[in-house]
Amino acid sequence: MSAFSATMGRPFSGAARTAIVVVAVAVAVALASLLPEGNPLHVSAFVVSLSGKYLAYAMLALAVDLVWGFAGILTLGHAAFFALGGYAMGMYLMREIGARGVYGNANLPDFMIFLSWNRLPWYWWGSDHWAWALLLVFAVPGLLAGLFGWLAFRSRVSGVYLSIITQALTYALMLAFFQNGLGFGGNNGLTDFKDILGADLHAASTRAMLLVVTAVALAGALLAARFVVGGRFGHLLIAVRDAESRTRFLGYRPEQVKLLVWVFSAMIAGLGGALYVTQVGIINPGEFAPANSIESVIWVAVGGRGTLSGAVLGAVLVNFGKTLFTAWLPAFWLYGLGLLFVVTTLFLPNGLMGLRRPVRALPAAEVTPEVSNVEGGEA
Amino acid sequence: MRSLACLTLVVAFWLGAVLAPGQGARADDFAGLARGQFEAIAGGVATLAASGDPQAESVLHALEQRRLFFTPSGGLFIRQGEVYRDARTGQPVSPVPDMIAPVRLNNRVRKALVAAWAERDLSSPLVAKRLGAAEALYHRPDPAMLPAIGRVLSGEKDRAVRSALVRARAATILEQAPAPDQVAARLEAVASLRAAGGLEARGILASVAASASEDAGVRAAARAAVSRIDWTLRVWGVLQNAFYGLSYGSVLLLAATGLAITFGVMGVINMAHGEMMMIGAYVTWMVQQGIRMTVPGLEPIALLIAIPVSFVVCAAFGVLIERGLIRFLYGRPLETLLATWGLSLILQQAVRSVFGPTNIAVETPSWLSGSFALGGMEITLNRLGILVFAFLVLGGLMLVLRRTALGLEMRAVTQNRRMAALMGIRTPRVDAMAFGLGAGLAGLAGVAVSQIDNVSPNLGQSYIIDSFMVVVFGGVGNLWGTLAAAMALGMGGKVLEPTIGAVSAKIAILVLVILYIQRHPRGMFPVRGRGIES
Amino acid sequence: MSDILPSFSRRTFGRLALASSAAALASGWRPGDALAAAPGGEPIKVGILHSLSGTMAISETTLKDVMLMLIAEQNRKGGLLGRPLQPVVVDPASNWPLFAEKARQLLSVDKVAAAFGCWTSVSRKSVLPVFEELNGILFYPVQYEGQECSRNIFYTGAAPNQQAIPAVDYLLSEDGGGARRFALVGTDYVYPRTTNQILANYLRFKGIRDEDVMVNYTPFGQSDWQTIVSQIKAFGSTGKKTAVVSTINGDANVPFYKELGNQGISATDIPVMAFSVGEEELAGMDTRPLVGQLAAWNYFESIRTPANEAFIREWHAFTKNPKRTTNDPMEAHYIGFNMWVQAVTKAGTTDHDKVIDAMVGIRQPNLTGGIAQMLPDHHLTKPVYIGEIQEDGQFSVVWKTPDLVPGQAWSPWVPETKNLIGDWTKPIACGNYDTVTKACLGKTHA
Repeated sequence: MSAFSATMGRPFSGAARTAIVVVAVAVAVALASLLPEGNPLHVSAFVVSLSGKYLAYAMLALAVDLVWGFAGILTLGHAAFFALGGYAMGMYLMREIGARGVYGNANLPDFMIFLSWNRLPWYWWGSDHWAWALLLVFAVPGLLAGLFGWLAFRSRVSGVYLSIITQALTYALMLAFFQNGLGFGGNNGLTDFKDILGADLHAASTRAMLLVVTAVALAGALLAARFVVGGRFGHLLIAVRDAESRTRFLGYRPEQVKLLVWVFSAMIAGLGGALYVTQVGIINPGEFAPANSIESVIWVAVGGRGTLSGAVLGAVLVNFGKTLFTAWLPAFWLYGLGLLFVVTTLFLPNGLMGLRRPVRALPAAEVTPEVSNVEGGEA
Repeated sequence: MRSLACLTLVVAFWLGAVLAPGQGARADDFAGLARGQFEAIAGGVATLAASGDPQAESVLHALEQRRLFFTPSGGLFIRQGEVYRDARTGQPVSPVPDMIAPVRLNNRVRKALVAAWAERDLSSPLVAKRLGAAEALYHRPDPAMLPAIGRVLSGEKDRAVRSALVRARAATILEQAPAPDQVAARLEAVASLRAAGGLEARGILASVAASASEDAGVRAAARAAVSRIDWTLRVWGVLQNAFYGLSYGSVLLLAATGLAITFGVMGVINMAHGEMMMIGAYVTWMVQQGIRMTVPGLEPIALLIAIPVSFVVCAAFGVLIERGLIRFLYGRPLETLLATWGLSLILQQAVRSVFGPTNIAVETPSWLSGSFALGGMEITLNRLGILVFAFLVLGGLMLVLRRTALGLEMRAVTQNRRMAALMGIRTPRVDAMAFGLGAGLAGLAGVAVSQIDNVSPNLGQSYIIDSFMVVVFGGVGNLWGTLAAAMALGMGGKVLEPTIGAVSAKIAILVLVILYIQRHPRGMFPVRGRGIES
Repeated sequence: MSDILPSFSRRTFGRLALASSAAALASGWRPGDALAAAPGGEPIKVGILHSLSGTMAISETTLKDVMLMLIAEQNRKGGLLGRPLQPVVVDPASNWPLFAEKARQLLSVDKVAAAFGCWTSVSRKSVLPVFEELNGILFYPVQYEGQECSRNIFYTGAAPNQQAIPAVDYLLSEDGGGARRFALVGTDYVYPRTTNQILANYLRFKGIRDEDVMVNYTPFGQSDWQTIVSQIKAFGSTGKKTAVVSTINGDANVPFYKELGNQGISATDIPVMAFSVGEEELAGMDTRPLVGQLAAWNYFESIRTPANEAFIREWHAFTKNPKRTTNDPMEAHYIGFNMWVQAVTKAGTTDHDKVIDAMVGIRQPNLTGGIAQMLPDHHLTKPVYIGEIQEDGQFSVVWKTPDLVPGQAWSPWVPETKNLIGDWTKPIACGNYDTVTKACLGKTHA
């Protein structure tokens, strides 16, 4: 255990520093974007919304890292929670459009008119209130994660089995949201937003504000995550990750520990999704695609799983690379992404953060399958 | 229908005589073809076929193959290679006339051709041709053919042709307008159609039952016949659906067996499994192309040749991947998952760069095309082929696992890796072979899938999640479980699909499997052993 | 990479990454796109926004290539306004939010004079707010569901009245088989939904009863068509002539047609009229069992005109592949690009507002005859052709509209939009103008 305690102190102090850096950079970029066009320090709206997008992705990465890095649950479906949060926010933004849609109907979003619906379905009720939207942003991913996690962890579904059913979950949600009849705009999703809280979404000041809000939310999530994984609960989490049966034999309830962190993580992902939607301007079922979830795992792997700052760093770096390469070498960037997966897993088991302190214990559960064999009895 | 055609024909003739430009326009049996309008051409086909002209057959064949040309002055020419022959005389013409244009062909003209062939074939000495003609007349009743049908029927010996003719006659009788003196004949026709059954008969009977001008007795009989046929159709519908389910399940089975091997033996999730299928499909295409260019005689069996080739190519890829990548990640199944996912992206993009992003056309040999009727079921040959192939592959795999040294070692490693290693089994070698075997099986699945689905760089993506679900649902390391899971998912999907639609059926199945796994984390048939990694 | 990194502290690295990203993006970096030999001067940038990877690469890569060809050709002709044209290719990777991001990059970083791109409706919907916000110009080359009219988008593909309605007219006609029963089969997304809604209303108007219309939607990439094809077969066996109108999306067509062929449904029994199957899709199919099946487009490769033959020749030379097919969206880009060149020449500038105003009324010969004209609602006049699939994977044209059909942004067959028109010329200057209340539902352009 000494190896763990050696590594455990560090990421948490790093998390606070990362939170400060993120907010500082975001505020700087936001302020710079408000400078007049000719000013040498001016940054374009493109950079602002791009940075906002990276930070929203960083929240998803943080959420993935919490469950994968700290609880040992490799999720391949976290984008589902991200997208659900996004949809919750998208509903609110959709209602904000009001009568400015192409059909000029103040009560119904355009896509419902297109489906010849004449009133709002019940699950859209209240979506025009920002407070209700905010509640949904946390509640929907949280409830789904709670239900799913309760069923899964109670039956001790773990390892690759869990990975596969999380993937199936997001896949099923993707298919469901593709259906026009579900009432979320089908394949086109929700888009063409105009305002948020009465402020024009396309205005530079709104964008700057949203970037800062996202940065603050990310910083808040970092600190909250640090609080969760630090202290007694954090030790318990690591114990569950590395030797679930032993923890159980000591009288703890690993499934409750896992469930708690799982739901918390889903909520962070949901918040990330909500902030993402405000800045990219569209949410559609493509966000549920299993590939997105898997990509978010690689952000964490690149940054360094098990370190909160690593997740943030990985998400920002990989997405920055993606922005660059989809423009520079459009035909080849998939090779790059593929290689990133291979190289990271082969040569950087602890990600970029691992490079700073190369000697770090590998998660024990995966090195010694025998440990888990002991608990491999009937569930 | 026929009378309408005759009428239009007369009009066409008249128009042709009046309007045909230039001199030398001939108003003979060929004239209808030398026109620009489909209506006139279709009429021309019927006239020519009925004329009994010795040139008629070759002219109609030429039309079907787009080798028939016309000039505005009414000339008709058949192209043979570079030579044009006058359609009326069969003599070569030179020079090639000016303003020559192909006689146009569309579905309307094709229908007229089908009718023309049916008329001709009805008196053919060959049973198959007569049968085809009788079927065609059943599907497209033509009252003018009624006497001919009666004539052939009276002398017909072959039972299949007889029953087809009886059906055709019944359909033709019912096609005519009802008349008081026809009630007995119509009642008899209803009875024969009732006996024949099937969708076609149901359609005809339903319109008789709904017809206001029909005799009340005939209508009642038709109504009874419809409900009787409906009942039979429902029974056959269930069987048909079961076949769809089996065939869908067999595709899932093929896609999942390879995965079951790698996952079962090594506990490795190979996300590039779908890409192995894709490579198998591309290899199939390459084999087809290669054989076409070198030994065209072997083209019909190119698909069979592709089977071993795909297996070997994909197995080689598999061993390469295991040696080059997976073995460095032993004991870290989750990392393997990520690495193989990266690999799958690279493979997809590589295929996209080499073969282009678009679909490629893998041909289905004629012996795998089409369908046959089994009672009231329609069995499509390619689906049946895949069903049989899937079971052959599974059987072969069982043999390998049960009867070979490699199989023994693989089973040992599956059951308890450490113990197997202690007994002197070289587990790394077994892993490599198992991975190769799994990839090879994916290649076989690729060959099969190329017959029913798109072959494009995205092929693998559409199968990967389904395959995982099958393996996990069935229970890892148990081929019988994989079989049962594939069939259960296939059947389940197809049972739900007609009522709730394809998408909802798929969602429902996914949710059910998720819930099932949460109750039974090790699937339907968990392997009981000490060495299975969780 | 792993060699350099340890020497940075994490913080420096993070700061460096962010700073370099900001600097790189703000300065408008671009790799050197190969410029063809062209006149000097500041190049005019033309954005190409088509997916080169992911699921849509299958259709969109070709459009990127055709744009590169058109731009190279224009540069050979002396560029535009005496300046060379420079293509800016980005890869939105079939990812819809990435489309929006790339659109923003093209407009605010690269400052392109015009962009050509998108295939799916959702990608267009995703970039539309960006183009409107930054007042850019997008040429959208694919047939689509209509019900949209943005000042910043030029719709060079067909609106429903330029494809779907004429196609159904043909099926209803004697030549087309006189169908009286219709199965509307499509992928479950907005294009098939809107098209089928329009068609259902139109068929009702034509006297087809509701029970003679069957509507079925399937997910993207549907590969198991057994059940649906047998349903179609049952639907078509009631004695009435039946036709299928297919709005099935690209990839799912191959297994669909394979199943049709195998279950023995031929074009002479139940013809299938497809709106999303072109030469490019057929290149990936074994077309022998499909002979006689139908498609409706505004362009077919097989139509013989000097302009089309020259275009095909050039395409083969450019791609160095004599078998590459051409298709309808390629022609749409050809028309759109040449119209844009004309408009820029006419306006004497690439200024977006001036070019948008200059676009309306521009005339450009189609490749297959007739003149395409840019209408005030940013749609084109187009000829409509019905083609039958032949053994060689080409279409033979069996019918065409007697005149060019002007595109309608808003369908008169949808109750909510029957009074709407789009007109971006003054004095209306509105994309959704209600002709009854004489009011603009959206924003007018001052």
